[in-house]
This record gives sequence, C-alpha cells and structure tokens, in this order.
Amino acid sequence: MRPATLRNSGGVTPRVRVSRTRVATAHVLLLAASGLMLVPFIWLLCASLRPADAFFQDLFLPTRDGHVAFDLLTLASFERLFDMAGFGRSLLNSIFLSSTTAILGTLVAAMGGYALARFRFRGSKACTVLVLAAVTIPGPLLMAPGYQFLYRLGLLDSFWGVILPAIAPAFGVFLFRQAILSAVPQELLEAARLDGSGEVNTFFVVALPLVRPMVATFLMIMFLGTWNNFVGPQVVLQTPEKFPLSVAIAQLKSTYYQDYGLQMAGTLVSIVPVLILFMFLQREFVDGLAAGAVKE
Amino acid sequence: MRAASIADVPGAQPRLAPWLFLSPFLLVFLVFTAYPLVQAMVLSLQQTFGPQHTRFVGLRNFQFLFSDPLFWTALRNTVVYSLGSLLIQLPLSLGLAMLLETPGLRGGRLYRVILFSPSLVGVSFAAMIFAVIFEKRTGLLNVALHRTIGWNLDFAWLERHVMPALIVASLWMWVGFNMTYFSAALKNVRRDLLEAAEIDGAGPWRRFLHVTIPEISPVAGFVVLLSMIGSFQLFELPYLLLNSTAGPGNRGMTIVLYLYQTGFENSDLGYASAIGWVLGLLLIVMTVFQRVLVRRSEAA
Repeated sequence: MRPATLRNSGGVTPRVRVSRTRVATAHVLLLAASGLMLVPFIWLLCASLRPADAFFQDLFLPTRDGHVAFDLLTLASFERLFDMAGFGRSLLNSIFLSSTTAILGTLVAAMGGYALARFRFRGSKACTVLVLAAVTIPGPLLMAPGYQFLYRLGLLDSFWGVILPAIAPAFGVFLFRQAILSAVPQELLEAARLDGSGEVNTFFVVALPLVRPMVATFLMIMFLGTWNNFVGPQVVLQTPEKFPLSVAIAQLKSTYYQDYGLQMAGTLVSIVPVLILFMFLQREFVDGLAAGAVKE
Repeated sequence: MRAASIADVPGAQPRLAPWLFLSPFLLVFLVFTAYPLVQAMVLSLQQTFGPQHTRFVGLRNFQFLFSDPLFWTALRNTVVYSLGSLLIQLPLSLGLAMLLETPGLRGGRLYRVILFSPSLVGVSFAAMIFAVIFEKRTGLLNVALHRTIGWNLDFAWLERHVMPALIVASLWMWVGFNMTYFSAALKNVRRDLLEAAEIDGAGPWRRFLHVTIPEISPVAGFVVLLSMIGSFQLFELPYLLLNSTAGPGNRGMTIVLYLYQTGFENSDLGYASAIGWVLGLLLIVMTVFQRVLVRRSEAA
C-alpha cells in the first residue's frame, strides 16, 4: 500500500518550473496526436456532406475558385441513402441484434458471475476453471464447425443464429464474478435470505443494483461488440433484408462502388450511434476496460 | 420456514440456486462453444463440400496444409503484420500514456477520450473510411503526405503495400485502446522509487529504463500478448479493404482470411477447421511462452 501523500510530495518549489515545460510539451504532443486521431472522423463528416459528383475535387470542405464554399455542402448523400429501403432496415436490424444480444448476454454473465462469487458448491472450482479456459478459445476456430452446427439446427439465415452463440460471454462471467466479490458483501445476502427473500429475488433486488457500474459497462461492451461484429452475421445471414449495418455497408461498397458520397454517409450513420452512446458512458467504459477487458 | 432452517446452519447455502444461476451460461456454452470445439476436431479430419457432404481423410488436411503455398503466404503476412503492429503501435501507445501521466497535466480526460474513440469504430466501418483514404492520387493520405513531404502520389497502398496499409489503419484503431492499459500501469509506478532514482542522479532516460519499465512490465507483457493474439486473428480489415478478396497477388492474405475463404467460399469446412486448429496451436504456444517469460522475470 502506497501512502497517497507520496503522490503530491513532488510539489517542492524547484521542481515546479521544470514540470511546467514538461506539461507544455505534453500538451503540444497530445494535441498533435489527438488531431491526427480526429482527422479520419472530420474527413468522413466532410466527405458525406460534399457533393458526390465532385467527390475527389477537395479533401475536406468543398471549394469554389480556391475558397471554401459552405453553400455547396449538401445532405443529398443521406437522402439517397435513406431512399434505399435496405439501409433503414439494416439500421433497425443492428439496433435489434445489438440490444437483444447485450441484454441477454449481460444477464447470463451476471447470473454466472454471481453463482461463482457468492456460492460454495460442489463443482464451483471446476466451473471457474471452465470460464477462465473458455476466455482463451479463439473465435475463428469455431467458425467452420459453428456454421455446420447452425445449419443442422436450421438456424442459418435467422437472427437467433447470430444471437444465441453470442450470449454466453465467458469473459463477462469472469468480470461479474470479480465485481460481485468486491461490491456485494456475503452478509447482506444472508440477511436478505433471513428476511425470507427468495434466491432469484435476492439476486435481482439486492446483488445486481450493487454492481450497476459493471452492468452498464458490460451492456456497452456487448452492444458495441455486436454492432461492430462483421464475421458472425456475414457467415450466418444470407438474406440482405436481415443484414445489420456492418454487413450491409460492405454490400453498399460493392453495389454502389462509384458513389463515394453514399458510402461515406452510410458509414457516418453507422458509427454515430455508438459514439454518442460512448459519450454518455465513457467514464465507466474506459475505466472498465482499463480494469482488464479483452480486445474484441 | 425453509429460509430459517438454512440460516440455522452457519455457512450453509441453498444447493440448487448456484446451478440455477449458472445454467444459462453452461447451457449456451456447452451447445454453442464446447460442442463446436469438439466438432472442429472431427471436421479437421474430413474433407467437406458445404455443411452436408463429408469424407473422412484422416490427417491429410494437416499434411496438405504444410505443403500449401497459400497457407505459408498467409502465415508470413500475418507474422509481418503482427510484428509491425507490435513494434510500431505499442511503443507509441506507451509514449502517449506517459504524456497523459505527466505530473500536473490538466485536460487528460479529453485527450484520453479522443485517443480512445477510434477503437469504438467497427472494423467494417473503419475499412470503408480507409479504403478511400488509401486511394492513389486522390486519397487523403497520399495527398497530405505529398503536400508536406513530397511523397509519391502513386504510392499503391492497397495494390502493392498492403501490409503497411493494414499497420497504418490498425494503428489508428488501436493505439489509444492500448494506451489505456499502459496509462493504468503507469499510475501504479511507485513515486518514491522514481524520486529515489532522481536523487541518485539518474536522468529521465535511465529512470525510464531502470524504474518505469520494470514497474510496468507485467502489464506490458499482458498488452503484448493481447496484441499478438488479436493480430494473429486479423481477417476483416484486409478482407473489407480489398473488396472481399485477399488482394492482388494475395498480398493481403492472412491465416483467418484463408480459413474464411476455404470454409465459406470454397465450402471446405474440414480444411478450414484444420487451419483453425493450427491457428489455435500457435496462440497457445504464444500464451505459454509469455507465461514462462513472466514467471522467469518474477523469479529473477
């Protein structure tokens, strides 16, 4: 345990001057890096608002005679995008698939983590080992046999074929186990049982509210993972009406390969919802990931 | 009455409840992960045409794999990409994290959010953006580099230099993500050690090498492993950037892209499973290797 005061003990007078130049340098470099990271976003926004017939004439904002011409900005690409019946449909598919997978996956993970964290039972150790081992199974290994299995179950080209294999996130079980171990005291659960609270009731009313930050983080992780997942729906779904955005956008590229404005408008519409969601949840999310999430 | 009788025995707990809570996970896991995993073993010994027609071929899939030039191309490309990402991206992630952890820096939260945000963009969508940014003559990257350092406008990212293009695109996507791990690790570097080193006359570089690096090495090892595991599964970025192909001359061919093409474009799920097992084995070897390294450095 390090005393917190050590952190501030660097504030001795002679060092302040030195660290001021260091802080300034850090700002300059971080500003440059942040600027570079934002360039593709800004470029995308401009590209989807530029007139599509002169897409490559300018890099960012449209110009006329060497001056930026804001009046040339147009929503025409978005109008073309939503005139196609398929795109709005794909947006709805993405929302449906992502929210269903996120809610079911979080529930399954939270229940599993609760069982491993707060019950002593025969086989609990084996189950914990199973969960930890499951985290390391590489997804691509399951692609071919998973496809064959879904074919046998008759789940190919159905939403359930995409959702069901995704709702047992071993990593989530582990995350919830850790969260519940540190945030839900055993005595509280025993007290609830003494008061006659049933097991299911104890879980939903006593335990789950105490790990609300983890619930929010994991909902977000699952939602994002599903929204951005390409290979799952690409392999399972065949009917274009069922495609989520991640798959539909690649179709857009091959079908309308000359209409860059349309492609960029579609891309913008696809990433804005998750960026907005992230803005609301960023504190929990970044901290939750830093606590040890896995890159999907 | 039941509740009271449980409380009467200290430490006694309901016996069915944990299984009730675990059952959804266990059920879905057994059906959709464990069973396919076993099937992957069976399939890898078969030649298939689509999900229905199979033929037992024993170990011939693996035999064929080792003499399959396309597999070696895929393996070589995957290794090039992984090492490239590792050597370029992770030092940058660490550098950014160190800047973020500069004592007295304000506004770190905003930088963090901006630098992290590209990792929220799905690979399908990032590929859409970068396909246009990487265009010859007209693409943002070539034009910007041309105007600033006189770069060749005809530099063919997606036709010839596919691996550098993939490294650049994934740098944008993941540098801020990996930064968050390093940032968390740097927060735990013992201040007193750094100050003691400074009092002993160690300059910033020596403090970095002899205090910071050893202090963050457990996290760094973890980030390296995660990054390698992720890199070895590279598939969607090249596949989508190269219009659902492996690119001219298979320059964008990776292990998982080859697995996908084999299984879903040539309909040989058996051979695809064999590729999957070789990939799985490579990942296991890497993980064990990292564990051994960590253990050795802890023992030292």
